[in-house]
Amino acid sequence: MTAARDPAAPLPAALPATTGTTPADVLVADAIAVALGGRPVLDGVSLALRGGEWTAIVGPNGAGKSTLLSILAGLRRADSGTLRLMGRPLHAWPARERARRLAWLSQHGEAEGDLAAHDVVMLGRLPHHGPFGAPDAADRAAVDAAMRETECDAFAGRRLDALSGGERQRVLLARVLAAQAPLVLLDEPTTHLDAPHQRALLRSLRARVRDGAAVATVLHDLTLALRADRVVVLAAGRLRALGPPDDRTVRAALVEVFGHAIRIDALAGDDGTRRWIAVPRD
Amino acid sequence: MTPARLALMLGGAALAVLAAGMAAGSEGWSFAWREEWALVGGIRAPRTVGALLAGACLGLAGAIAQGLFRNPLADPYLLGSAAGAGLGVTLVLAAGGLAGTTIGLGTADLLLRVGLVGAAFAGALGGVVLTLVLSGGAARPMVLLLSGVVVGVMMAALSDLLVLASPEAMRGRQAFMLGTTGFLGWTSAALLAGAVVACVPMALRHARALDALVLGEAGAASLGLDLPRIRLVLIATMALATGSAVSQTGLIGFVGLVAPHLVRRCVVVAHRRLLALSALAGAVLLAAADVAARSVMAPRELPVGLLTAVLGGAYLLVLLHRRASR
Repeated sequence: MTAARDPAAPLPAALPATTGTTPADVLVADAIAVALGGRPVLDGVSLALRGGEWTAIVGPNGAGKSTLLSILAGLRRADSGTLRLMGRPLHAWPARERARRLAWLSQHGEAEGDLAAHDVVMLGRLPHHGPFGAPDAADRAAVDAAMRETECDAFAGRRLDALSGGERQRVLLARVLAAQAPLVLLDEPTTHLDAPHQRALLRSLRARVRDGAAVATVLHDLTLALRADRVVVLAAGRLRALGPPDDRTVRAALVEVFGHAIRIDALAGDDGTRRWIAVPRD
Repeated sequence: MTPARLALMLGGAALAVLAAGMAAGSEGWSFAWREEWALVGGIRAPRTVGALLAGACLGLAGAIAQGLFRNPLADPYLLGSAAGAGLGVTLVLAAGGLAGTTIGLGTADLLLRVGLVGAAFAGALGGVVLTLVLSGGAARPMVLLLSGVVVGVMMAALSDLLVLASPEAMRGRQAFMLGTTGFLGWTSAALLAGAVVACVPMALRHARALDALVLGEAGAASLGLDLPRIRLVLIATMALATGSAVSQTGLIGFVGLVAPHLVRRCVVVAHRRLLALSALAGAVLLAAADVAARSVMAPRELPVGLLTAVLGGAYLLVLLHRRASR
């Protein structure tokens, strides 16, 4: 696909007929609250990540975005609130079963060492073949496809330490894509990526969404976030708005939580549809 | 270089070192093995085989430590095993000194020798167990490392105190701290072989978890790995390998640290191969150092630990400079 589909279009129409009509809830968070050292980091956050939808989580520094994402990924326990992955409580899933359904990318792309890029991407298949098993043909095919998709195949044999920041980020993204999980949670996936690779990433994510996956990304780049199907606006641990970028209240909340330091303008996209861009104010 | 080629080279080197080890004597080199079989089969062969196996234990333990703590400077002794073994040995030596018998690693008395070896082994494992208890399990690597440091310092201080109380233990303790391959017999070789047979498959089985740790704690956990349990198994494997080597040879430094570096310099491999190749490299390193220790100043013998420390230290220094200038 060349032109990204209009992010503002209503979802059922945008989804291919094969994936059904109403998007199913993949992950439902209800009244999530977390305090760190007595300070509330998240306070009563409720949201649902739906299959066939890309959700962008935005908010100023310290809003609790990364904390929220790691809680959604089950890597961190909330003090209160409930989480259900595909209808079952998130922490009731056996770890490996959960890992097959949920792929997570950390914020700083923490990965150092002498492992070859290809072996790192293969880690994405670990939940499928198990820690004591060996990769089979399907695992290898998934890894090869993900590496082609992120254009990592050229340095598949190089060690992680010898890669540039952008190359490493692509390897880590390939690791997440190779997992082929129905729920993809990415914390700042565009870090270190140049414009062509950002665009490629966007296309990959859209392809996953078209196949029915639920994708959630924490993003600093607001213009990019405004291309998502839905935007979650977070500030000081509270959910301020949740909805499509075309929703005026969502955009207003976004401008407000950033202290009116930005302005959101409409722009015609390359495919002729309306796009929103966030511009810093003077 | 391909991993297979490195494995072949290391295998060849191991065989060459084995031959050299059977030929190197206090009177120079001799390949008349048939005529000197009592000497070769009774002393040189078990010593060289033992050195190969002890080196394999150390190389494997070093690779596990570096993978587990994601730190290229981690070595097999870092969780209190070295200080624990030292304390165990000093305890036995001091007790012997108080009882009026001077004992050392070369003591002919089987009972005392077994006691010493057992004390070193129990001490090494005890040090690691104490570290684990202090850190409240293996859930937090940083706490684990700090607990290891604390246990090391405390046990070393206790050993010093014992030596003050029983100065006779000093010599034996020093020999143990320097490390030596001089007392390896067939029994030692058999014990070490047992350790290798137990530890290598266990480590290889968990190699993928070490790969996953490249993604960090959270990254590995997100892949569905039960990290605290896996870490515990790997620490137990490392302690068994280290304790076995230390109990037979004393504290031989740098082999466990350098072997994985050497392998990583030559090939880009995942942990499964890294662990196996590191064991092989450790075997070659220690056995080669043993041959050198015997022949450099023949008929006198250098403590092999001294040699590995000097060579290993120099190698690491070169490595650091290369890295810095890159």
